[in-house]
Amino acid sequence: MLQSILFLLLLVAAFGFFAWQVRKIRANILVGRDRDMSGNAAERFQKTLLVAFGQQKMFKRMTPALLHLVVYVGFLVINIEVIEIVIDGLFGSIFGFHRALKFLGPVYDVLMATNEILAALVIVAVVAFWWRRNSNPPLKRFTGPELRLWPKMDANIILYVEVVLMVALFFMNTADLKLHQMEGQDLPGTFPISNLLVGLLPTNVATLEVLERLGWWLHIIGIFLFLNYLPSSKHFHIIMAFPGVWYSRLVPQGQFSNVESITHEVKAMMDPSFVVPPAPTAPDGSALAPTPFGAKDVDDLPWTNLMAAYSCTECGRCTSVCPANLTGKLLSPRKIIMDTRDRMEEKYNSPLIFRPNVYGAEAKHEPITDLANATLLRGKVTPEELWACTTCNACVESCPVNINPLESIIEMRRFLVLEESAAPNSLNVMFSNIENNGAPWAFSPSDRFNWADDLYATEKQTAAVVA
Amino acid sequence: MTPETPAKKQINVPVMADLAARNEAPEILFWVGCAGAFDDRYKRVTRAFVRILEHVGTKYAVLGLEESCTGDPAKRAGNEFLFQMQAMTNITTLNGYGIKKIVTACPHCFNTIKNEYPALGGDYEVIHHSTYLQQLINEGKVGVTGGESFKGRRITFHDSCYLGRANNIYEAPRDVLAALDADLVEMKRSRANGLCCGAGGAQMWKEAEPGKKEINIERTEEALATLAGKAEALANLGGVETETSTPSAHDLQGSIIAVSCPFCMTMMSDGVKNKEQESKVQVFDLAELVASAEGINA
Repeated sequence: MLQSILFLLLLVAAFGFFAWQVRKIRANILVGRDRDMSGNAAERFQKTLLVAFGQQKMFKRMTPALLHLVVYVGFLVINIEVIEIVIDGLFGSIFGFHRALKFLGPVYDVLMATNEILAALVIVAVVAFWWRRNSNPPLKRFTGPELRLWPKMDANIILYVEVVLMVALFFMNTADLKLHQMEGQDLPGTFPISNLLVGLLPTNVATLEVLERLGWWLHIIGIFLFLNYLPSSKHFHIIMAFPGVWYSRLVPQGQFSNVESITHEVKAMMDPSFVVPPAPTAPDGSALAPTPFGAKDVDDLPWTNLMAAYSCTECGRCTSVCPANLTGKLLSPRKIIMDTRDRMEEKYNSPLIFRPNVYGAEAKHEPITDLANATLLRGKVTPEELWACTTCNACVESCPVNINPLESIIEMRRFLVLEESAAPNSLNVMFSNIENNGAPWAFSPSDRFNWADDLYATEKQTAAVVA
Repeated sequence: MTPETPAKKQINVPVMADLAARNEAPEILFWVGCAGAFDDRYKRVTRAFVRILEHVGTKYAVLGLEESCTGDPAKRAGNEFLFQMQAMTNITTLNGYGIKKIVTACPHCFNTIKNEYPALGGDYEVIHHSTYLQQLINEGKVGVTGGESFKGRRITFHDSCYLGRANNIYEAPRDVLAALDADLVEMKRSRANGLCCGAGGAQMWKEAEPGKKEINIERTEEALATLAGKAEALANLGGVETETSTPSAHDLQGSIIAVSCPFCMTMMSDGVKNKEQESKVQVFDLAELVASAEGINA
């Protein structure tokens, strides 16, 4: 009874606390600009199935794809056992039962065996993940100025917690199995890994009972703690990857967004009879402050880009294929996404643990002292990074969860050009060439058709060819 | 008429305004693009493509002096206002002539007109010249014979970002090259994993940001190492590799880097010069290769 009450309190606290943190993140995402993402449900459903559930884009790189698949499937299947733990925890001590799902019979055997094998594979995968990040030198995409200090520690904490959770699971099962064996009883379920481990545990019934309870509580409390660590961590990815993919763009990657307010202006300029639609007003009818062109801060970005920042797990595939980054430029698409999240949490709501990324001299960032007035642009992302982008879409193509760093880059370029006239000088020259000559180079428009002068073609001697 | 002095025929490129004056409509409008009209190197591509159009007898026209920049570089650089000014001017011209189908040799023009003009009132069927050439070859209108032979010559195709990743066109240019019966070799970073030449996103008109290397040099080194079959130079490239086979060594002489974009053309040609391989390796656009193989390229 006491155990059940304690468990209930923990359960309510864990989920209540988690919901409180999720609300903060939801509020952060909603500061973004409106963007109508309704419709196309069938297409979105199919994409979510393939890219998010099916991990289609992960399989561009086989080794991490397989390792990730193990942890992903492990997470899904082991969570079925967590349901059992919750039922046991709530009602087990009251009604005197243990392992609530054992009524499933042979299915339960398969479930427990799968669980154990997956748990063992998860440990192997996690060790491999740890090695890829912490060996000397680590994999290149796990380095870089944006992946030091907190983000580096965060990645390792996730791996350590996963190992602890799996070890707790084995402690619980092995002790339970040994207890039943010593009492000559059959433990429902099949436990291929625990069967191998029973010899390692002491043969004292009292100790085993303690170990079994310890494993049980450690596993579930670990899950509760981990759940509440997620909102502070890149690991929130495991939840946000799904809505992130659902709401990702369906248009060709080369299609950049249209700015409707500019369309109205241009139409009005070209056609005096064009009536510019009235500007949107606040719910009380008062005029809204005009929104700037492009993005200076996170609230200027579409909400989908803000949601994407929460589905990023900082894997660095984007940065590893970025031509600018590969040739030593400052631009790192991953950093832009991480900056977006940091900036949201700095300006609006922050979850429990908030540690904005601190860049070293490597990233050429001045230490930011005026947090209140810093913005995403310049406060975190420098124009030098933005101007290094070739808009080649390699980052977009590579992202396993369809994040589009390019869109944020273009939004910030728009702000630099349209609000601050802060384009590099050579680009201003290109702009005025287009305005004056209709071409990005300084050629006279009257020479545009010169290519057709003195144009000859060799007469095809078809008779000689046809044999 | 002897094979040594083949007859030449002058081409008078039909201009849309003249066709409209005669109440005629072309089957396709050939959108030349600024590079195709002004860049000396890419003008040769424009001329080669026109030779092909004439050769197959397509009823085509160009806008001539009425064409203006699509606005692509302005849009990529963030100047949405200038982009839309350009776009609406062009759309007014195109819609005024009732244009339905556009073919262009520039992936940037292609992407912009195809994907970004519809929101501004310009709806056309837009085809990149690689797809168009593929269709001509498939329909047997171009036999890719009777001219220069590319049999056995090593060719590697450099994917344009705005054709490939931006619009998922990977096979059309390869099908065109396959018709040449050449020795096609793939770079490790190809198709969806292709590495940009470094010119997109308005980089063509500005100096690169400080770094340790120019992007076009990185890409040219990969192309040259692929053509020469230098395995050690191809180890540890960054990014994702599509092509995983181990190359065997070859002489670079007579090798070709094939492109399908005016900016890739500039970047790869500059890269080859930078590596001092221009006497051995040439950079050609698909249209030039097809016109040469067909024996009509001047």
